[in-house]
Amino acid sequence: MPSVMLRKRDDGKLLFYVAKKDLEETIESLEFDAPDKWGGEVVLGDGSRYYFEPLSPAPKIPTTLQAKRL
Amino acid sequence: MPAMTREETEALIQEVLEVYPEKAKNDRAKHLAVNDQSLEKANKCITSNRKSLPGVMTIRGCAYAGSKGVVWGPIKDMIHISHGPVGCGQYSRAGRRNYYVGTTGVNTFGTMNFTSDFQEKDIVFGGDKKLAKLIDEIEVLFPLNKGISIQSECPIGLIGDDIEAVAKMKKKEHGKTVVPVRCEGFRGVSQSLGHHIANDAIRDWVLENRDGDDNFPTTPYDVAVIGDYNIGGDAWASRTLLEEMGLRVVAQWSGDGTIAEIEKTPKVKLNLIHCYRSMNYIARHMEEKYSIPWIEYNFFGPTKIAESLRRIASHFDDTIKEGAERVIERYKAEYEAVIAKYRPRLEGKRVMLYVGGLRPRHVIGAYEDLGMEVVGTGYEFAHNDDYDRTIKEMGNATLLYDDVTGYEFEEFVKKVQPDLIGSGIKEKYIFQKMGIPFRQMHSWDYSGPYHGFDGFAIFARDMDMTLNNPCWKNIKSPWKKETASEPVKAAA
Repeated sequence: MPSVMLRKRDDGKLLFYVAKKDLEETIESLEFDAPDKWGGEVVLGDGSRYYFEPLSPAPKIPTTLQAKRL
Repeated sequence: MPAMTREETEALIQEVLEVYPEKAKNDRAKHLAVNDQSLEKANKCITSNRKSLPGVMTIRGCAYAGSKGVVWGPIKDMIHISHGPVGCGQYSRAGRRNYYVGTTGVNTFGTMNFTSDFQEKDIVFGGDKKLAKLIDEIEVLFPLNKGISIQSECPIGLIGDDIEAVAKMKKKEHGKTVVPVRCEGFRGVSQSLGHHIANDAIRDWVLENRDGDDNFPTTPYDVAVIGDYNIGGDAWASRTLLEEMGLRVVAQWSGDGTIAEIEKTPKVKLNLIHCYRSMNYIARHMEEKYSIPWIEYNFFGPTKIAESLRRIASHFDDTIKEGAERVIERYKAEYEAVIAKYRPRLEGKRVMLYVGGLRPRHVIGAYEDLGMEVVGTGYEFAHNDDYDRTIKEMGNATLLYDDVTGYEFEEFVKKVQPDLIGSGIKEKYIFQKMGIPFRQMHSWDYSGPYHGFDGFAIFARDMDMTLNNPCWKNIKSPWKKETASEPVKAAA
């Protein structure tokens, strides 16, 4: 369960950053991306997949969340 | 020598790797790469931030160096105790030339060495009492200090001293910030983890000191300069540019910085990150906790400075945007004169770099402004995200080397034959004895500043005086010179 820092890049894409793993990747797809339901499975730029517990309401970005590696 | 092709560079890497045993060869091969600008991500071509290979000559430092030497050390009005045996502090004392204003020993302590000087009995019985006594003595001898940080050396972690408890007790007793930093040298693979630990210590013990206190009057143009360590006055050369364009620099992290500035940083509107590697952690934290955006900038060489000033200005209103243009315009004649003077003398020269965590990519623009070409670059302690940012800066088919070993670096230089090498003191004399002009890119070879437009003039002068120094013609022994190899006419 790495803790993941999420921030918006200049071009609007979400960045997925895990300090301990030195991983800084863009989020290519997010399962639920609505104001009242946010999270689920994410696919990163390098093809790896993680899972966020769906949140309601959507978190304010930037933030740190726990993700599960799939 | 013409530029090397991709195949030639790959062949060179293979040739250099040849001497290693099989296992070491496989390990090192991952750290050497040929640059490919078409790649988006560096992890496809290079591995970084891994443990150095035992038995090779690495150029890295330790976590203590990253925390005491880089992040905490330059904070001038705090006393940084090198907690442990005397050597770590003494041999790194005042070596980094972080300039500051103040009266050393009275209200600033940058170049002094404070240590608990561990002896055998402290290792056996623990050093907490000694640390407490040391802090009390500091309060008597240097009452104008604004805080104390305890920088752990290796033994502290090994014997398990509770420096946090001492820090909390003394903080209460003296009413000053006392920060325990767990930066024992054995942690991590290089100084990079020391930076991270130091950032976390600032986050946990200092940054929130003024939360909820709105006494500090803010303006919409407040910025903090983060990750500029004022080597030879760099931060001052950067600060003048920012102030000239209408911004107010509230804090300098940490060159010529104070603890008060650090405590005020959460009130700024934008964090400007120069050394991304050592301070991105705190910038990310402030973005999350205080919603302060951050951007990276680069103040080496006029092209990059102009680019950065405009990027910084784009986060503010029109007065700042006009200010940025005004600043660029004002220095234009000055830097064009510098380029006109030095470019003809430096045009086409080839440079190899090997520095810490930021300059291997940041100074490329400055060299290019002088018509020089960077043909190889590498970092001591960069992570993948640094290489992501490097790929686009470097030309195609140039060499990239991560945590290069002494042997590899020498061999690369012998084959690539650059006209100039930029690296540190440990490499300097090897290459000078090989007859290759060399500049220290950590300490600016006791010159500087190199940041900003003013610094660029000094940078250009220094590169010229090193490269075109007449001494390089005399480095070969007279009897080995080709002219001398002509048969001497026999005496009649």
